[in-house]
Amino acid sequence: MVQMRFIQAINKALFEEMARDDKVILIGEDVEASIFGDTRGLIERFGPNRVRNTPISEATLTGMTVGAAASGYRIVLHMMFSNFIYTGFDAIANQMAKLPLMTGGQISLPITVIASYGGGRSTAAQHSDTPYPVLMNLGGLNIAVPSTPADACGLLKSAIRSNDPTFFLEPGGRGGEMGEVPDEDITVPFGVASLPIKGKDVTLVTMGSCTKIVLETAQQLISKDVNPEVIDLRTLVPLDKKTILSSVKKTGKIVIIDEARDTCSAASHISAIVVDEGFQYLKAPIRRVTVPDTPMPYAPNSEKYLIPSVERIYKAVMTLNKSY
Amino acid sequence: MKKLPNNIPTKDELQKMFRMMVTIRETENTLLASNKAGNTPGQVHLSNGQEAICVGISSHLTDEDQITSNHRGHGHFLAKGGNLKAMFSEIYGMADGVCGGMGGSMHVADLSKGIVGANGIVGGGISIATGVAFAKKLDGSNHIVVTYFGDGASNQGVLMECLNITALWKLPLLFVCENNGYSEFSPTKTVTKGDISMRAKPFGIPIWQINGNEIIEVWQTGQEAIEHIRSGGGPAFIEAKTWRQSGHFSRENLVLQKPYRTEEEEKEGLADDPIIHLTPKIDGAELIMKEVKDEVERASKAALMGTPPASNAAKKLMFSDTYKGYY
Repeated sequence: MVQMRFIQAINKALFEEMARDDKVILIGEDVEASIFGDTRGLIERFGPNRVRNTPISEATLTGMTVGAAASGYRIVLHMMFSNFIYTGFDAIANQMAKLPLMTGGQISLPITVIASYGGGRSTAAQHSDTPYPVLMNLGGLNIAVPSTPADACGLLKSAIRSNDPTFFLEPGGRGGEMGEVPDEDITVPFGVASLPIKGKDVTLVTMGSCTKIVLETAQQLISKDVNPEVIDLRTLVPLDKKTILSSVKKTGKIVIIDEARDTCSAASHISAIVVDEGFQYLKAPIRRVTVPDTPMPYAPNSEKYLIPSVERIYKAVMTLNKSY
Repeated sequence: MKKLPNNIPTKDELQKMFRMMVTIRETENTLLASNKAGNTPGQVHLSNGQEAICVGISSHLTDEDQITSNHRGHGHFLAKGGNLKAMFSEIYGMADGVCGGMGGSMHVADLSKGIVGANGIVGGGISIATGVAFAKKLDGSNHIVVTYFGDGASNQGVLMECLNITALWKLPLLFVCENNGYSEFSPTKTVTKGDISMRAKPFGIPIWQINGNEIIEVWQTGQEAIEHIRSGGGPAFIEAKTWRQSGHFSRENLVLQKPYRTEEEEKEGLADDPIIHLTPKIDGAELIMKEVKDEVERASKAALMGTPPASNAAKKLMFSDTYKGYY
């Protein structure tokens, strides 16, 4: 184990996967300058054929990944901020997510799209979206949302090795956070949630950017003798339904914390699954802590007000059972 | 703009191209009849009148060269070596269709023949072709990629992006604009400013503007443009003027309130037919046409005898890796 920052863990995965397989290539806007630091040093090591700085042409870049992947490359596209996914959305929604089906399985698409998501840094509405709900709805994309450096490294390795297109969404502004990352070549499988805290009173389901505050909330709850079970999903597609349902079976209560806007969020989809398949376990209504259906404002106080917080999560948990 | 080259195809090559053009025409006529008879689950977009372009270009391509096509792609598929019966089966929604009945008329693909796919999104194939061309360049091969798109697609911004990238990185991509005068139901001149091929000019890409209804002109230009690309010169652009003999899609008359073309235009357009132009140059043209008619009829009939895919086929085709053994 070695301590490293979130961004270094992503960088490590990219270095190791590119060294491991010559067919792994990386393209994107400013991958050479690397403003986040996650692609730093790659061009010096692997050269401009495998690490290619591109023009600012998202509509083309997303389409190019499809062509290059269908031609035998494992292509990683760095899209910087996740809002730029919308600019490249045609090829994502109409090509990447659909061509394996539309060609009758003739092609698989080993594509990894990296983008930073989420608010909290006054980057304003066009640089702070949480876009996974629209991606989840396409039906043909894997979605990884790591919350720790170790998961970032392991999930990115799995994404690059997968023959299916995957969005790897890193929580924005968390690049500096430290964590332990294994020295060895370890991948984190898709569809397997982690349980950083086990408990019996209430299930807290979290993902990506929300995990840190959920863990803080859990400590406060524990100090009040409420024992939450925290489930960090790690991937939204595939979704680890089994872990969620077996936890709800134990606790009878669930709060889902998600930085997406509420309508058709990951949280609302999970709520629907729990109602469909775990209704008999529920002892209280399901609570969702999400972002109201509004774009992120610029002013720090207004932005903070919208994003899930320790206070909001704590309050949501406490409304579930007066006996706490 | 490049001057027209003066090399010419041999008699054999010309006959082969004639046969293919007639095959495409006969196939699409059969598809229209099948559509009217209720045998195609969806609509078909026919390329009648445009056959010379893909046939002339494809005669310079191998299986290792690749193409991306568009919604009007039956001809592109057949000219590039796609299987006739497998295409019929696909369009009839059968399990043994070239895409297992999952794509249909607008989406015929056969990767083994270098047909990366047709596309229902106008302009959708251009960026995919750019990615394939990027892969070809990284491979260090001298194989090339052709992207067929129409005058309508030329107004998609992605064309400019791809002209820039392919020129900047000298990618082996041939842009072929089949300018048939119509952007779906709108005359292109009412929605387009300037000459389409001139859009490639500022990028230093060589441009040919040709009569797409004259197969020899297409063949000659294709050879020169493809030589330029194979020799490492980067992308090239051909704008082939043609005329769409059919409507935008097969049974548009059912939804249109009034015709969008005059009778006079229809008459002139139908007379300027690439097959009519070529026929006098072909020995035994009538026999070829008869052979093709029989072959197409057999393929269509055989395809109609197929069975549809399993109802749950779609889910099994997604996520080749992630859910291995899941379903």
